Amino acid sequence: MNWIAIGVTFKLAALTALALVVIGLPIAYWVSFSRWRWKFLVESVVALPLVLPPTVLGFYILVAIGPHSPVGRLYTDLVGHPLPFTFEGLLIASILYSLPFAVQPFAAAFDQVDRRLIEASWTLGVSRIGTFVKLILPMSIAGVVTGFVLSFAHTLGEFGVVLMVGGNIEGVTRTVSIDIYDEVQALNYAGAAKTAVLLLVVSYVILLAVYAINRKVWAVWPQK
Amino acid sequence: MAAEMIVDITKSFPGRLMLEARFGLSLDPPAILILFGPSGSGKTTVLRCLAGLERPERGFIRFGAETWFDGQVNATPQARRLGCMFQDYALFPTETVAGNVAYGLAGLTQNERKARVEEVLALLQLQGVEAMRPAQLSGGQQQRVALARAIARRPQLLLLDEPLSALDAPTRARVRGELRHLLKQLAIPSVVVTHDWGEALALGDQMAVIGDGTVLQVGTPQEVFNRPKDADVARVVGIETALEGQVRESIEGLATVEVAGVTLHALAEDEIGPDVFVCIRAEDVVLAHGAAGTTSARNQLQGRVVDISSMGALVKVGLDCGFPLFAVVTRSAVEDLRLSRGMPVTASMKAGAVHLVPRRDATPIA
Repeated sequence: MNWIAIGVTFKLAALTALALVVIGLPIAYWVSFSRWRWKFLVESVVALPLVLPPTVLGFYILVAIGPHSPVGRLYTDLVGHPLPFTFEGLLIASILYSLPFAVQPFAAAFDQVDRRLIEASWTLGVSRIGTFVKLILPMSIAGVVTGFVLSFAHTLGEFGVVLMVGGNIEGVTRTVSIDIYDEVQALNYAGAAKTAVLLLVVSYVILLAVYAINRKVWAVWPQK
Repeated sequence: MAAEMIVDITKSFPGRLMLEARFGLSLDPPAILILFGPSGSGKTTVLRCLAGLERPERGFIRFGAETWFDGQVNATPQARRLGCMFQDYALFPTETVAGNVAYGLAGLTQNERKARVEEVLALLQLQGVEAMRPAQLSGGQQQRVALARAIARRPQLLLLDEPLSALDAPTRARVRGELRHLLKQLAIPSVVVTHDWGEALALGDQMAVIGDGTVLQVGTPQEVFNRPKDADVARVVGIETALEGQVRESIEGLATVEVAGVTLHALAEDEIGPDVFVCIRAEDVVLAHGAAGTTSARNQLQGRVVDISSMGALVKVGLDCGFPLFAVVTRSAVEDLRLSRGMPVTASMKAGAVHLVPRRDATPIA
C-alpha cells in the first residue's frame, strides 16, 4: 500500500473539512436566513459542484489560480511559487469541490431551528452572533457534524479535480484514488485492490456514522 | 410630565386589512395595558412591532425618552431591554430550566448571575426543577419558566402574548391569580395580549380593544366591558356587566357576593380574595314580569328598565337593580313582555352565570 498517498489524502480531507466548517457555516447561515428574493442564484452556485464534471470544475480552478490570472499572479508575488500542482492549490480546489456537501447539511439543519426560539433569544438581548453560537449551533449540531463528515468523505474519493489541479506528484498531490488508477495502469491489481478496500471500508464507516447521527434519510439534499 | 410609551403605527399586509394602532401606556407609575381582540385582529402583530421583531410601515414608537421606531430609527429587539413571553413560551430545548432563565444574563458576573437565577426561580416557585429540561415540565411550570426568563434581566417593558392560553382551564384560573400578584409585585410596565375577558379584568389597568385592524376603544377593562363605545366594540368584547363586589362567604364552591348592597350567589372556583369583579354576560340574564316564582335560578333581582336599544335581531336592555345590569333578549321577547322604560321587572340568572374574577389589590392607575 502507498502509505504516502494515504497520508496526503487524509491530510487533504481533514483540512478541507475543517476549512469548510469555517467557510460553510456563514454561507449556510445566509442561505437559511436571508429573505432576498434572488437567493436561489447563490444556492445554485453552491450546488454546482454536485452536477459539474470534476474535470470542468478542475479546468476552471486551474485557469483561475494559474499564472495568467490576477489571483494566481498575486499568490506567486506573495509566496514565490505558483499555486497549480501544489498541495495548497489542491486544498483550494477540494474546498470548492466539496462546498455543497458541507453547506447543504448545515443549511438544512438551520432551517429546522424554530424561528420563534431565535426571536426569543434576540428579545433577551443576545446579539445575532451570540444567538448563533448559544442557540442555533447547539440545535444544529447533527447537521454540522454531518456536513463535516460528508465533505471529509467526499474529499477522500476525489479524482478528476485532483488530476487537473494537483497533477500527480508523489508525497504532495498524489492521493489514494490516483494511486489506485496508477496501479491499475501498471497492471498491479493486487496493489490496487488493497488500497481500494481501505477506501471502501473507511467510506462505509463514515456513512454509518452519518446515518447513526441523523437516523433519517440522506441529508445532502435539504427537503424544503 | 410622567414617563409614557406612545405608540402610533401602521402596517399593511397583502390581501388583508391595514392595521392601525394608536395608544399610550404609563411607565411611571407602571401600568398594565391589555390588548384585547379576537384572533386575527392584529394584536400579536402590534406586540411584535413593540418587540422590534416586525417593522411598522409608518408612525412611531416612543418609550419615555427613547425612540424605538420613527421611520428612520428602528431599534433592534436587543436594544429595547424587553421581557417577552410568547404564546407557546419558546423555551430553549437545549437548555435546562436554570439555563433558560440565565440565558439573557450575559452582562453579569458568574456569581451575580447565579444569585439572580436563584432569586427569580424562588419568586416563581420553581425550586427543585432547575436541572430539568423544558420538555419534562408541566404546562403550568413551563409558563412560569417562560415568565422567569422574561423578568430575569429586569426588563423595562414586559410583553406577554396570550400568557395563559396554552394552559388547561383549571390551571388557568389559578395561574391568572398568581400572575396578577406577580405583575403587581414586579411593577414593570406591561402589555398583555389576550382575548379572554377574565384575564383582561384580572390583569389590566388599561385596555385597548382591537378590531377591524384598528384600536376601537381605550379605557379601564371595567369601563370597556360595561360601556362599550359602539356596536363594533360590543361585538368584540361581548356585552358584559362587570361590577366591583365583595365576597361575604364561600362554602363548598358556592359564594355569596355583595354588590352595591345587593346579595348575589355565584360559583367560586378556588379560594378567592374578598375583592372581586362580578361578571354577568348579558345573554345569561332572564327577564320576567313581577316575581319569577320558584325557579332553579339562584339570583332574582328586582329592577327597573332604564334603556332599550336594538342590535338587529336582539335587543339590549339596560336595567337598574341597585347597580347597572344588562340583558340581551330577542325582539319578540320585548314585545311579549311589553318592555318599556321605567317598567319594573325581575332579572334572574343562575349562580353559574355569575363569574367572579379576582380584582387587583390596588386601585387601578388611571
